Amino acid sequence: MKVSDNLALNTEFRQDFAIIADWVKLGSKVLDLGCGDGSLLNFLQGSLEVRGYGVEKDDANWLACMGNGINVIQMDLEAGLSGFEAQSFDVVVLSQTLQAVQNTEGIVQEMLRVGREAIVTFPNFGYWRHRLQLVVGQMPVSKNLPYQWYDTPNVHLCTINDFDKFCASHNIHIKERRVITDGEPISFMPNLLGSLAMYRLRSV
Amino acid sequence: MQDSSSVGIVAPQTAHFTEPLTLKSGAILPQFDLVYETYGVLNADKSNAVMVCHALSGNHHVAGKYADSDKNPGWWDNLIGPGRPLDTNRFFVIGLNNLGGCHGSSGPSSANPTTNQPWGSQFPVLTVEDWVASQARLADYLGITQLAAVLGGSLGGMQALQWTLSFPERVRHALVIASAPNLTAQNMAFNEVARQAIITDPEFHGGDYYAHGVVPRRGLRIARMLGHITYLSDDAMGAKFGRKLRDGKIKYTFDVEFEMESYLRYQGDKFAGEFDANTYLRMTRALDYYDPALEYDGDLSAALAEAKADFLVVSFTSDWRFSPARSREIVKALLDNELSVSYAEVTAAHGHDAFLMPDPHYHQILRAYLQNIDTGVAL
Repeated sequence: MKVSDNLALNTEFRQDFAIIADWVKLGSKVLDLGCGDGSLLNFLQGSLEVRGYGVEKDDANWLACMGNGINVIQMDLEAGLSGFEAQSFDVVVLSQTLQAVQNTEGIVQEMLRVGREAIVTFPNFGYWRHRLQLVVGQMPVSKNLPYQWYDTPNVHLCTINDFDKFCASHNIHIKERRVITDGEPISFMPNLLGSLAMYRLRSV
Repeated sequence: MQDSSSVGIVAPQTAHFTEPLTLKSGAILPQFDLVYETYGVLNADKSNAVMVCHALSGNHHVAGKYADSDKNPGWWDNLIGPGRPLDTNRFFVIGLNNLGGCHGSSGPSSANPTTNQPWGSQFPVLTVEDWVASQARLADYLGITQLAAVLGGSLGGMQALQWTLSFPERVRHALVIASAPNLTAQNMAFNEVARQAIITDPEFHGGDYYAHGVVPRRGLRIARMLGHITYLSDDAMGAKFGRKLRDGKIKYTFDVEFEMESYLRYQGDKFAGEFDANTYLRMTRALDYYDPALEYDGDLSAALAEAKADFLVVSFTSDWRFSPARSREIVKALLDNELSVSYAEVTAAHGHDAFLMPDPHYHQILRAYLQNIDTGVAL
């Protein structure tokens, strides 16, 4: 099958997989929101024997998930997670999808209702390369923000500082935060030097 | 010309069962026949069987033709064949006519063995659970301990779901398409109107019309016309007929003037000429009665706790008779039980009828799911 090819291809681009795997316990029950082609769950199922479900609205992605051998529920995240019981998952993941969600507050709250823990990752809009492009006078385009302004699905871009404040004002406990650039951890001035932000969240 | 992806020429077979079957109502069928067809080859360890359950008006002739000259193939032919989504190169597919049917299985129009007269009104009222019990007898008869999958749309989807509850160990996958965990009051109301049309037909004779040499054709025709309205979406009817007039002008009569009327009358007449009214009554009643959550105070999650199978649930956006919301109820109950389930909501204009149409994406969904099923045979 092409599963392994897909995985190799995706792990190269999705630097966050290894860290997410680090945060997920063996045999956990995982819900991946906006799961795309299912490669994260495929990876977690293979490495950590998780029981996983993906949520995806796109038809082509749904078929790709099936090809990757994962359970996939077709629905629009914006409609909420009423089909899932409270605290019925160990971990709910929103991987590089936050910035494309309309109802950002609602989704994060729903994640913490359904999951005992939530993992949220997003491209840091405060990354210096993004700032530089704005200084030059154009919308940022990068590996983590690969779209032009006119075709981007992203509607709620934010910086690491913005998201920290969001968590504080919404009673969300940040259990752990990691920031990476090209797969390397960034601890010095993360909001300037980090391209991808990763959060492990819990309700306070 | 023979299409290489068709199962080709097929023939029905009959299985006779002499062990009595106790029905949910308490009635007992002392013996019964089931007529069935199979496509593909049962593998050595008998692990590649897929049962296809039919809906209201279906039967055992699911795929292929009886003769090259046949105008139409079986009712789900577009799904089944070598290389088709339900691939007969891999799977051994079983289609049967349900008990109470009118295409060869024991039913109201077949002979009651004790009287040698048609059963008529004496044929018991059946439930989805009874059908599944009889289907399990057919699996036994074919030497199949465990089905690779059971598959059905609408009322057939209810049977697929019930298989996982009645025989959790005997089915590995259930494909529940355009179905529901029970009917809403509105949905049952359509069935009641259909039954009233039949029962109040002067030629119904309390269900014993065979002895009078008549059939309640008018009632059955109206029942079918009503059904057809509910199987299509408003948009689909609009696109197909709109307000088109057959002769291009209004004539101030009650004859067929609009194209839609012509379609409904044609469908009604065709159906009334080939289907048995007593069977129609029983099929609609089985739909009404199906409600696995009933014994669990309406808690569907509790009702599905016994299920072990993996599930694919599919709905269609324009299906208002078995709406996506009803399929999502099934999905939620399966998730609550931590079962493997995938759910697809197909964007389709055709209403409930969409489950029988060869929509490319819909067929890709079924193909993708069925491809993942392990049949134990080397490809």
